[in-house]
Amino acid sequence: MFGSITAEMILAVLPEIALLVLVAIVFIADLILAEKQRGNLAWIAAVGLAIAFLLTLLFARPDAGGEQVWGGMLRHDWLAFIFKLLFLAAALLTTLLTVGWTSIWRKGEFYVLLLTSTLGMTLMAASADLIMLFLAIETTSIPLYIMAGFMTEDDKSAESGFKYLLFGAMTTAVMLYGFSLLYGFAGTTNLYEMAAALSVAQVPGPVLVGALLLILLGFGFKVALVPLHFWAPDVYEGAPTPVTAFLSTASKAAGFAVLARVMIAAFPSILADWQTIIAIAAALSMTLGNAVALTQHNIKRLLAYSSIAHAGYALLGVAAASELGVISVVYYFLVYAVTQMAAFTIVIIVWHKVGSDEIEDYAGLSRRSPLLGVAMMLAFLSLAGVPPLGGFIAKILVFAAAVQSGLVWLAVLGVLNAIVGLYYYLIVLKVVYLSEPKDTKPVPVMRSHAAALITTIALVLVLGIVLAPWYGWAAASAAALF
Amino acid sequence: MQIPYILSIIVFLPIVAGAVMLFIPPKNRDLIHRFALAVGLIAFLLSLVVYFSFDASGPRYQFVEKYDWLPALGISYHVGVDGITAPLVLLTGVVIFTGVIISQRIDDRPREFFSFLFILASGVFGVFTSLDLFALFFFYEIAVFPMYLLIALWGWKQTREYAAMKLTLYLFIGSVIALVGALAMYFASGLNTFDMIALEGANFSPEFQNLWFPFVFFGFAVLGGIFPFHNWSPDGHVAAPTAVSMFHAGVLMKLGAFAALRVGIMLMPIGAQTHLPWIILLTLVNVVYGALIAMVQTDFKYMIGFSSVSHMGLVTMGFATLTPQGYLGAGVQMFSHGVMTALFFAVVGMVYDQAHTREIPKLGGLVKYMPFAAVAFIIGGLTSMGMPGFSGFIAEFPIFLGLWDSQPWIAIVAAIAIVVTAAYIMRAIGRVFFGELPPELEGHMHDIQPSEKLALGVLCAFMITIGIFPNVIVPIVQSGMQTVLALLGVG
Repeated sequence: MFGSITAEMILAVLPEIALLVLVAIVFIADLILAEKQRGNLAWIAAVGLAIAFLLTLLFARPDAGGEQVWGGMLRHDWLAFIFKLLFLAAALLTTLLTVGWTSIWRKGEFYVLLLTSTLGMTLMAASADLIMLFLAIETTSIPLYIMAGFMTEDDKSAESGFKYLLFGAMTTAVMLYGFSLLYGFAGTTNLYEMAAALSVAQVPGPVLVGALLLILLGFGFKVALVPLHFWAPDVYEGAPTPVTAFLSTASKAAGFAVLARVMIAAFPSILADWQTIIAIAAALSMTLGNAVALTQHNIKRLLAYSSIAHAGYALLGVAAASELGVISVVYYFLVYAVTQMAAFTIVIIVWHKVGSDEIEDYAGLSRRSPLLGVAMMLAFLSLAGVPPLGGFIAKILVFAAAVQSGLVWLAVLGVLNAIVGLYYYLIVLKVVYLSEPKDTKPVPVMRSHAAALITTIALVLVLGIVLAPWYGWAAASAAALF
Repeated sequence: MQIPYILSIIVFLPIVAGAVMLFIPPKNRDLIHRFALAVGLIAFLLSLVVYFSFDASGPRYQFVEKYDWLPALGISYHVGVDGITAPLVLLTGVVIFTGVIISQRIDDRPREFFSFLFILASGVFGVFTSLDLFALFFFYEIAVFPMYLLIALWGWKQTREYAAMKLTLYLFIGSVIALVGALAMYFASGLNTFDMIALEGANFSPEFQNLWFPFVFFGFAVLGGIFPFHNWSPDGHVAAPTAVSMFHAGVLMKLGAFAALRVGIMLMPIGAQTHLPWIILLTLVNVVYGALIAMVQTDFKYMIGFSSVSHMGLVTMGFATLTPQGYLGAGVQMFSHGVMTALFFAVVGMVYDQAHTREIPKLGGLVKYMPFAAVAFIIGGLTSMGMPGFSGFIAEFPIFLGLWDSQPWIAIVAAIAIVVTAAYIMRAIGRVFFGELPPELEGHMHDIQPSEKLALGVLCAFMITIGIFPNVIVPIVQSGMQTVLALLGVG
């Protein structure tokens, strides 16, 4: 079916191969290592992911245009390449965050699930075929359901896993139905042949929009768009925090990679319709996410609602349906992923000391540990979109894309939402800087957490100040879609 | 004197120093204060060098540096100063230096205080020197954000949280609205560049300009304290610690007026000509209403806060006259008001530190205890009233000339403000510095530190020098405003 296997085809799936090997190594190490030594599993996974990251960066770089490989199942292009790097980095940071988290650390199966889910994501970003896409989404999601409910002794975690599973299975089923309709209309499952096939088949616009809505239900669930967001706060709050960090960064980014690719490759014929749908979803996500975030007292829930809002901002780039739009989405996720990781790293560090995720327990963090306070300030200000941090550039790019495509009303709504966001991020910073601490002892930081925090904060600054290289990456990804 | 990369040094010195400071151990307070002083002094000296090596008859932009930043979108790091910004750079240098001197008594987390203050200073220098629209926004938001922490953490306990949040939200709403306008300009120009000199030649259609000018102008003018968006300003000034009030009223409000001029008026001159004739009515409200409200304040600091609203109204009013005199006056007023209001807030801070009250009726007779501060305040007061011999006259007289030329009725109404200003300034001087010291303040009052005298002396020196030798500033501002007038097609 594939003809002969070429080096190109192997390199296209280099990250997947590396992940698969790593899964096997972790499995074996889990069996060999004695109970006490199993803490090293996190390090094995981390080092393995670092190697996978480097291998991908050095050897799996695609040509400018991109091409379909493995019989049209996957596409080897810059969009896939950048997102694969993003997932590997996010998984690497997540493993660093699991160190010391009692119910996860030392459990080989957790790392196997994490790596499998990452493998699914890398395939999601590259999928060029509906069937491959569906398999990739399932490979990503099923481990995530288990990971969210991993702390079985904790009711909230169990509830979180179960809720995620139920809603996830439901929306996936609907999405699959949408896929089947699409196949029925077009007679092909390949995304890149879809547009031509649909126009030949002369499928009426409204019917196609109906099928598209079913598919969007699945994608929208993955990236937690309003009105498919209701699972996110509960799952984020209940899941072990390292899992929450992974869910809200890598998993969301994977959803967007698929969204951008499918929309632009397969549905040019109903461009105006899907633009409107996406624009409305963006408006709702930004507004509702920010409005509800205002009332949160738990930092994980606050970050959950804020991440709904961030998905809304990133949707502006998709709604723009332009090259700059895709560039802005890619840049947005590079920035958002590292920033959100930095924020969750701090949440985890504080949790280890105070055992709580309530915002009031962050009182006086800056007096207890001034540098941790600064790190938190930088992370939250980047989320708020203040320069010279990455969030500023990311926001400017999505707003610019919206303005360029004539969606000025959406850009205005976006910037006003950014102000609401700024308000609640400042409220948290006020607690960190202004409130009197209940306990003045410094907050200890484990070495692995410090490594994750320093890396992410440095990246937040680098992404905000040195713009040209990352913009070049994003532009190459966008060029691969158009 | 030629110092290579001088503008980049000025822009980045404070923020780098601020970042370095965060790594000084907090116990080392003396080192922190001395380090801050040194940075303030260097910034001041460098800004003096820029100002005095600026050649009013030379090219429009001087000390230009340009590097690609994000070439794909036409974004560059492009800095330079012209006749409008050279005085503003100097103003920033003066206020940062005197502000750091005045802040030597900060003892709660001085390290963070100076660090945030320096980040803010970098942002301000960046806005004044940027010739790239993107960079201008970049620095603008860097300048606005630290205000929140500076006020919320070190401000007056009773209102600081409210005032800090109000200020931040007002200013950010303004800036993001302006941002959408700027993005619209970028795409409408079709030039694929954020370079403002190139965008001046973009010839936006009149419909485009008339639609977008108000967004951009008001978005920035919020920070200039324009009516009806001035409300954040007195609250912010009062709640802020002394050095921050100085910086805020002295420099930040100029940032708003300057950006409204640079991005609003200069890039959309047709829009400016359509809208400024009615915007002048708003500035009239600023000038007169601000003065009247200052008149009825019993709180010393609120009085100065509203006086700033009134005086900043004169700047935008100068712009709105659309006359050469008006623009000259507005340019000088930005500098003059900056120095003057920094001095006012410095003196108010010194009085409050000792008396622990700012209620004007509860003060009195301070001239005996702090004669130097009293004299400095009187010099500031005379400047504020527009007395000849002080910089205020050099600024306000041309504004009124221009106003008389363009809209005489408004000039007549605006003149009320001069009388009212004289009244509240005289009243404050009389009540606070003369008369009898209230018995409850007996034993609390003493003279100010020599370093504080130095700070006040520097500020007074500028007001008097400009008042007596207007030629140190007028030709420079005139050279800068010429471009604006050419773009507007007047003069």
